[in-house]
Amino acid sequence: MQTAAERLQATGTANALEIRGVSRYFGALAALSDVSLSIKPGERRAVLGSNGAGKTTLFNCISGDFPPTSGSIRFFGEDITDFPPHERIRRGLRRTYQISLLFGGLSVIDNVYLACRGVSRGRFSLIRPRRNEALMQSASDLVNAVHLTEIQDQPVSELSYGQQRQLEVALALSGAPRFILFDEPAAGLSPAERSELIEILTSLPEHIGYIIIEHDMDVALRVVESVTMMHNGRIFKEGKPEEIESDREVQELYLGGGHG
Amino acid sequence: MALLDQTPANAGAAQEGTSRVGQWLARVHPAAWLVVVLLITLPLFANSFILIDIFGWAMILGMIALSLMFLAGYGGMVSLVQMSVAALAGYMVAIFGNSAASEISLGWPWWATLPVAIIIAVLFGTISGALAVRTEGIYTIMITLAIAAAFFYFTRQNYTIFNGFSGFNSLKPPEIFGINWRDHVPFYYLILFWAAVSYLVVIYVSRSPFGLALQGIRDNPRRMEALGFHVTAHRVAAYTFAALIAAIAGILLSWFSNQISPGTAGIGPVIDILVIAVVGGLSRPIGPFIGALVYVLLRTFSLDVLEAVGLDGSRFKLMIGLGFLLIVFFSPDGLLGLWERWKGYMARSRNEFDPLGGGER
Ligand SMILES: Nc1ncnc2c1ncn2[C@@H]1O[C@H](COP(=O)(O)OP(=O)(O)OP(=O)(O)O)[C@@H](O)[C@H]1O
Ligand SMILES: [Mg+2]
Repeated sequence: MQTAAERLQATGTANALEIRGVSRYFGALAALSDVSLSIKPGERRAVLGSNGAGKTTLFNCISGDFPPTSGSIRFFGEDITDFPPHERIRRGLRRTYQISLLFGGLSVIDNVYLACRGVSRGRFSLIRPRRNEALMQSASDLVNAVHLTEIQDQPVSELSYGQQRQLEVALALSGAPRFILFDEPAAGLSPAERSELIEILTSLPEHIGYIIIEHDMDVALRVVESVTMMHNGRIFKEGKPEEIESDREVQELYLGGGHG
Repeated sequence: MALLDQTPANAGAAQEGTSRVGQWLARVHPAAWLVVVLLITLPLFANSFILIDIFGWAMILGMIALSLMFLAGYGGMVSLVQMSVAALAGYMVAIFGNSAASEISLGWPWWATLPVAIIIAVLFGTISGALAVRTEGIYTIMITLAIAAAFFYFTRQNYTIFNGFSGFNSLKPPEIFGINWRDHVPFYYLILFWAAVSYLVVIYVSRSPFGLALQGIRDNPRRMEALGFHVTAHRVAAYTFAALIAAIAGILLSWFSNQISPGTAGIGPVIDILVIAVVGGLSRPIGPFIGALVYVLLRTFSLDVLEAVGLDGSRFKLMIGLGFLLIVFFSPDGLLGLWERWKGYMARSRNEFDPLGGGER
């Protein structure tokens, strides 16, 4: 356990994310084995890999949805390996889910409002939020940012798949994010929605870094400056997008079939 | 508006609230206004039987079912303990206040009895909630049913405090402000007031951070946990809130029936509250009141109707059961669901746009 002073000291110069020797087993299956990864503040990175490569598992370990079997994770210098998810959220870590985890019975704006409320005080308040309340304001700004303002009062269960994906992104942008994990945010989006998503990602404030899992190279390579390739729970290549794209081994393993 | 100002939630925001209450009032459907006017003017043309034994009883049962609707509809927690919470409040009024069992009743004045009764009942509801919230679905129902059954048998077997099988008789509302609240018109308005307050407070709270978070927990507890909400504490707090409504209703119920006994919260009445809430509809706070009115009408008149058409009058429970079966079979969301569907059907057949209905679900 660190003291508060140590934590504070560590924060200044540290990497946004420092993953050391993380493994995760499901029974005998090693979904992640000995993964190490450093990401600088503000850095934007894509994680690519075939189905079952362990990408989502890596996110789950970082976000705290379940802990790694071994290894350590530091977030801006602070060891968060054993923190519950909400402690990580309070430190500015956000994520989206590959399969949307939304509140189907609530409206779009209420979904985002809850995400904003979660990281602030007054979660038990019995007073209705006012339209001009700061949190309500930032919720409607976020809804606007993902182009859902017109349907903001509709129940989320009535939204199209693509709209739900966009709402996932809005939830991840709530509060004051410092680092975001996007799990296949573009999957299932129409071409128009895809370019909207790219625009949202590229227009995020510069200090916000992220990791994006994305199968579509065209999307991934436009929104990141570095790429990590995963296979069978291991990292086997890191580099600039161009290097990865032209790498022979990568093409054989990953791009080979569909993108031939 | 006078009603709204009574809500504890609004006390701090009274100033800012005025304009929004205005907006809110403007949105209320004309049919709802009609119901409001009807309920307020009812004593002008209805006799005491209609006032108290039909509408009074229906509103009291509606409040208890409303406390279940709050937990089940917004929180996804089906609690069978709400009737027991209500009965406990009634018992406390008898024990701390006045009843025919003068060797047990302490004879405290009403201003001490009522708050203590409510606090004890709310504590009971909260503790039941704390036991139930770590379970889901059918297990929540089983745990709360077990608590309700334990309460029933305990009150029936305990003679020193709960006066056993016979319970307490001659429970009467006190005279406050020089008004005799046991007269049927004042008593009707007393019930109407608290039913309206409970209803409006539930509607108000459903859109507060607390209420929204409860619905978020219903839809996706894992995500809510990850967003920084304390899911367990939130659920327990919902039980506390619901118990407050049930406790007030329980006091009214003991005055309504002049007595409180183990049978008040026997397994039958406990299930009846669930039936009322489900038949009315769990999706909106008006549902439990609709369900309660239907239940009271069936309880009161099905015997006469059955005998009038030459059937055995003792079959009225069968009628209620059949009605329950039919409604749940045709509409998972009770009478409210049937109503929505009918509205949707009418709107489509007239081929016009219905801005309130929002179409089929
Ligand atoms: N909760 C779990 N329980 C058991 N096994 C799991 C669990 N989550 C993931 N796995 C297994 O771990 C391996 C990695 O899964 P993961 O979801 O991380 O892959 P992925 O790279 O995200 O794949 P995809 O591209 O399909 O999303 C898979 O073999 C998967 O079956
Ligand atoms: Mg995945």
